[in-house]
Amino acid sequence: MLASHSSNGILARLAGLFCYSTAPQPTQIRSTLNHHSENLIEVRDLKFSRGHRRIFDGLSLNIRRGEVAALMGPSGTGKTTLLRLITRQLIPEQGAIYIEGVDIATLSQAELYLLRQRFGMLFQNGALLTDLSVFENVAFPLREHTKLSNRLIRHIVLTKLHAVGLRGAADMMPAELSGGMARRVALARAMVMDPDILIYDEPFVGLDPISLGVIVRLVRRMNDALGITSIIVSHDVEEVATVADRSFLLSDGKVAASGSPDELRTANSDLVRQFMHGMADGPVAFHYDAPDYAEQLLGRDSE
Amino acid sequence: MRRSVQDIYENATDFLRTFGAFQLFFLRLLRFSPGILVSRFDLVVKQVYNTGALSLVIVMVCGLFVGAVLALQAYSNMSMFNAEDWTGVAAAFALVKELGPVMTAILFAGRAGTALTSEIGLMKATDQLSAMEMMAVNPVRRVLVPRFLGGVIAMPLLAAIFSGIGLFGAHLIGVELFQVDVGSFWQQIQLTLDIDDINEGIIKSVVFGVAASLIAVWEGYNTVPTAEGVGRATTRTVVITAIAVLVFDFMITAAMI
Repeated sequence: MLASHSSNGILARLAGLFCYSTAPQPTQIRSTLNHHSENLIEVRDLKFSRGHRRIFDGLSLNIRRGEVAALMGPSGTGKTTLLRLITRQLIPEQGAIYIEGVDIATLSQAELYLLRQRFGMLFQNGALLTDLSVFENVAFPLREHTKLSNRLIRHIVLTKLHAVGLRGAADMMPAELSGGMARRVALARAMVMDPDILIYDEPFVGLDPISLGVIVRLVRRMNDALGITSIIVSHDVEEVATVADRSFLLSDGKVAASGSPDELRTANSDLVRQFMHGMADGPVAFHYDAPDYAEQLLGRDSE
Repeated sequence: MRRSVQDIYENATDFLRTFGAFQLFFLRLLRFSPGILVSRFDLVVKQVYNTGALSLVIVMVCGLFVGAVLALQAYSNMSMFNAEDWTGVAAAFALVKELGPVMTAILFAGRAGTALTSEIGLMKATDQLSAMEMMAVNPVRRVLVPRFLGGVIAMPLLAAIFSGIGLFGAHLIGVELFQVDVGSFWQQIQLTLDIDDINEGIIKSVVFGVAASLIAVWEGYNTVPTAEGVGRATTRTVVITAIAVLVFDFMITAAMI
């Protein structure tokens, strides 16, 4: 019974490789996701490990429709990993992630791609396509997913590049850009399809003060004007406080605290206080687990 | 003892798992190939240029010298039997049936294969493939398939050019240097080399093109996304392609003799 079941599975998989699946139309997937709850994204009892290291151990959180939510926490707490799980670049070991009420683990690849057309994501390093110019990088999603005329694509791309202050850099190649400029181009690319959900992975790193101020205001303004939902991963407590409606502080594989930036700043928890005020002493050790410093310097740790 | 048995078992299962994944990967490339050939032929043309046109110089230079060396060897041996007129035939057979496809495939692996692997590996290391996934663009279809098809199309063309230039090199040595009669040189080739010999060369170059391109994109796509990982993947591309080409060469030759 088991053997026939698994051989059927293999045959189906092989058949699937050669059959062009009848991909659902955008309207189909949108109707299946048309769930009018207050929460746009729900993460339930998430468990995930990398190697032997447990990253999430029963993490749950909700992100409300239309808010700017910030994921914060000490290095190595899995903030970027959580983004990758929410976008199904990774699969959780246990638990579920619901977007508009649909468990994303149940989506076929065609449905997943339709869902991802509603996402815009800014990667930590920009992740610009190095063989395309700045203009073509921003135009890339439009060329792949729409049949818009070149004239209209040019109009949209220049509008988005203007918003991030890089209209003049349209003909440059990614290798010619500074780190901050590359991230701003990536931001223009992330918003070029007018997504419903914008995800920012460390958007404020490497920006000069002027660009930082513009980008912070842009994130907030886009969210409010277009009615989208934004998720920001950042260590930058001050900038997050100016832009986020709610922050989630991750620690030990769970949400240690959540609330508005003001609520977190005045929280009684030692962990929250340590993180929000950047204190060396507290529940989160600055030093990674190591043998005694003096013993190691004297070479006695290996005896 | 028990430990070594367990190691052998784990290595064997790892190998089988990787080999299975490699086959499924090949099927995925084949699945998307017709669509890309029809709807995004511009991407394929660009990759034919990258893998083929940019390999032309190395292929032509090597072809010229390989043909010249073959003629030197053939002439020095044939002249012992007063069969200098057969210099061209010996060089032509060696080039068209064996050295053309094999040498081109190995040069292809060293020039274009490594470029493909490192390009795809770096795209992976810098999150470009993940970014495509997030833009709902399948990187296998958009990045890997055009590169695979570009290599498959470019390889037979390069092998033909290698053989052609090699024959020219043999002509320079045989006819211009050793004064073999030009009519005999080319007529012997024309009379002796038949279409089956040329077909054998074409079949080999197509098979080698598939193997070299497939290995290059597989290694790039599965590279460990670090500088060291990309370096190792690039080395593996050359080593595995060279071995695969020689094994396939033996199998095809054995089947066609």
